[in-house]
Amino acid sequence: MQKNIQKEKQSQSTGTTLSPNTSRKAGFFRCFSRCKGWLYLLPAMLFLGFFMVYPLIDVFVYSFEEGYNSASQTYFGTGTYNYSYVLHDPYFLQALKNTFLLVIITVPLSTGIALLISVGLNSIKPLRDFLQTVYFLPYVTNTLAVGLVFMILFKKTAYSDGLVNLLIQWFGGKSVDFISGPYWAKMFVLCFYTIWVVMPFKILILTSALASVNRDYYKAAQVDGTSKFRTFMRITLPMISPMIFYLVITGFIGAFKAYSDAVALFGTDLNAAGMNTIVGYVYDMLYGDSGGYPSYASAAAILLFAIVLTITCINLLISKKNVHY
Amino acid sequence: MKVVLRNLTKKFPSRDKKNKADVIAVNNFDFEIPDGKLIGLLGPSGCGKSTTLNLISGLEKPTEGQVFFGEDDVTGLPPEHRGIGLVFQNYALYPHLTVRQNILFPLENLKGKDKLSKAEMLEKAMEAAKLVQIDELMERKPGELSGGQQQRVAIARALVKRPRVLLLDEPLSNLDARLRLQTREEIKRIQKETGITTIFVTHDQEEAMSISDMIVVMKDGMVQQIGRPQEVYDSPANLFVAKFLGTPPINVFQGQVKGGTLYLDKDPVLEVSGAADGPVCAGVRPEGFLLRKDGTLGCELSGVEVMGRDISVVASNKASMMPTIRAIIGAENLAEISADASQVRFCLKPNKVFLFHPETEERILFEVVK
Repeated sequence: MQKNIQKEKQSQSTGTTLSPNTSRKAGFFRCFSRCKGWLYLLPAMLFLGFFMVYPLIDVFVYSFEEGYNSASQTYFGTGTYNYSYVLHDPYFLQALKNTFLLVIITVPLSTGIALLISVGLNSIKPLRDFLQTVYFLPYVTNTLAVGLVFMILFKKTAYSDGLVNLLIQWFGGKSVDFISGPYWAKMFVLCFYTIWVVMPFKILILTSALASVNRDYYKAAQVDGTSKFRTFMRITLPMISPMIFYLVITGFIGAFKAYSDAVALFGTDLNAAGMNTIVGYVYDMLYGDSGGYPSYASAAAILLFAIVLTITCINLLISKKNVHY
Repeated sequence: MKVVLRNLTKKFPSRDKKNKADVIAVNNFDFEIPDGKLIGLLGPSGCGKSTTLNLISGLEKPTEGQVFFGEDDVTGLPPEHRGIGLVFQNYALYPHLTVRQNILFPLENLKGKDKLSKAEMLEKAMEAAKLVQIDELMERKPGELSGGQQQRVAIARALVKRPRVLLLDEPLSNLDARLRLQTREEIKRIQKETGITTIFVTHDQEEAMSISDMIVVMKDGMVQQIGRPQEVYDSPANLFVAKFLGTPPINVFQGQVKGGTLYLDKDPVLEVSGAADGPVCAGVRPEGFLLRKDGTLGCELSGVEVMGRDISVVASNKASMMPTIRAIIGAENLAEISADASQVRFCLKPNKVFLFHPETEERILFEVVK
C-alpha cells in the first residue's frame, strides 16, 4: 500500500517536471488520434479521388464545353448545345431505345428465371452439385468462346443458316437472319445472350440465399397447412428479398452499361447494325470511325448517368416497402 | 384428446461409413398420454425426445408403429391434417410479419368450409393473443420483442387454430433464468385454461418436474420411466432416472448387501430385508441424510455451504462413486457441526435410499424395516 502511494507520488512529480515539453507532444498525439480514421482512409480516398471523382467532374465539365478539342485543349464556348445535339442524334435515340428495351426485357426475365432455377436446384438432392456447376459454367467461360457458340447457333453463312434456323425449318418455319436481319430478331439474340450471360451469377447468389433460410420456417408453415405457393410467396420471397433486390439493382446498372455483348454479336459497327447501346454510342463518339467528339461523348455519358441514378433511386424507394432485412 | 403411441420406432440411416447400423432414435415407444394433461418428455441431449415430438407432429414418419389421437390413427396423416400446434425451440416467427400477421398466418391457410371471414380471423387472433397476454404488441415485428414475448407469440400462433394437441420443443431453453421461471408457470396456466393436451420436450429436469402432470424419462431412444413427477422422483426405476432427477443430484455409493444389511465401506448403514446378498449401487438423495453423533455412516467433512433455509454438507466417503457427497440438512442442525470437525456421521432415511444392480442398473427393491 505504502509503496503504491510512493509510486504515485513519483509519477506525479515526473509528470510536473516534464509538462512544458510533453504538452506539445500530447497536443500532437491528440490531433493524430482525432485524424487517425481519416489517415487510414487516405489511400483509398486518394485513389478514388484521382480515378473516380476527378474524371466524373471532368466529364461533367466537358459536357458543357462546345467543340472541345482534346489535342489543342480548346473549345468555342459553354452551353447546353452538346446535350441538344446528342438528344437530336438519331443514332443516340436508337441506342437509347435499344438500351431501354434490353434493360426492361433482360432484368426481370433473368432474375425470374434464375429464381425458378434456384428454387428447383434447392428442392432436389441428387445431382444438385453437378447441376449447380453446369449452371455456373457460363460465368467462367470466355466471352469470345461464347460469341462463337452464338454464331454457330444464330449466324447465317454461305454454308449454313445456323442451328436455330435449322430447327425453325425443321418445324416448318421460315428461316430468319438473326445477326443482320430484322430488328426484332437481332434484339431477341441480344436479349437471349445477355440473359444467358448474367444468369449464372444470379443463380449462385439465389441458391445460397435460399439455402440460408432457416428450415424451421418451412416446418412451421407445413404444420399450419400452408400451400407450396403461399409458402413461397409469403415466406421464401420476403426472406430472400434483400438478395433479389441486390440482383435487380446491379442487373439494371449492368444492363444500362451493356456494350461488349452487342459487339460480340454484331461487330464493332453497331450504328450500322442499328444495335448500338448508350455506352457504345459514347465509345463511338470518342474513338469510333466517326469519333473524335469528347464533348458529345461526355454529354451522352452524363445522360446515362442521370438515367441510371434515377432508376436506382426509384428502385430504392420501391425496396423500402418490399425488402425485409 | 389423448395421444397413444403404439410400438413407435424411428430409425435413421447411419452416416458413419464404418458403422453401417441404423441409428435408433426412438425405440419401441408404447404409452398413452391422457387427455388434457401437460406431459414433459425429459432426457439428456440426443435421447430422441425431439424425434418423438416430430413423430407426434408428423414432421417425421415413423419406421414402425402408430400414433393415435383419441381413436383416430394419424400415423399416415401429414402434419397439417393432424390438428396440432407446434412451438419451435427458436420460435420460428416470420420476421417480416407483425405479431398480428404471424398469429393470423395459420388461419389464412384455411380453405373450403373451414374458411373464415376477415373479422372472424381477427377475433380469433385477438383471443389467442389475450390468452398469452400479448394483445398490446400486435403491431410489432418479432425482432422488436423480448425472448419471452416472442415465446408467447409462438404459443399464440400454435393455439389460434385450437389444435387437438399442443407440442412445445424445448420451450424454455432460449430464455434467461428469471423468464424461464415465469414462462413455465405461464405455460402451465395456458394449458389449464385451454385444456389442450400438451407435450413438451426438455432436458431440464427441474423444468419438467415443476409443471408436468406426467413425465416421460428417456435415454438413448428408450423410455426409462413414465409417471407423475413425484412418483418418479420417489421411486426411480433405475440408476439413470435416479441420477437424472433431482438437484443436487443423488449420491451414489458402491455398497454390499450381506444378510439383509447394506454396508457402505464396512459401515453397516441400513437394514434392507428382501435384497439379495451381493454388490449393489446405493443411491442416497441429498435430503436422505440425518446428522447424528451416533450415525452409521462416517464421512470426511470437506465443507459446509450455508444457503439460509438449508445447509449443504459436502463430505467424502471411500465408498462414494463421486469425489464428494452432498447432504442437504435443515439449517437448525448447523450447531451440531463444530467448527474444527473433520468427521461427520449420518443416519440414512430408508425411503431416500435406493439400491440398484451394479451392472444392469435396475432397481433392487427392499422392504423398509421400521
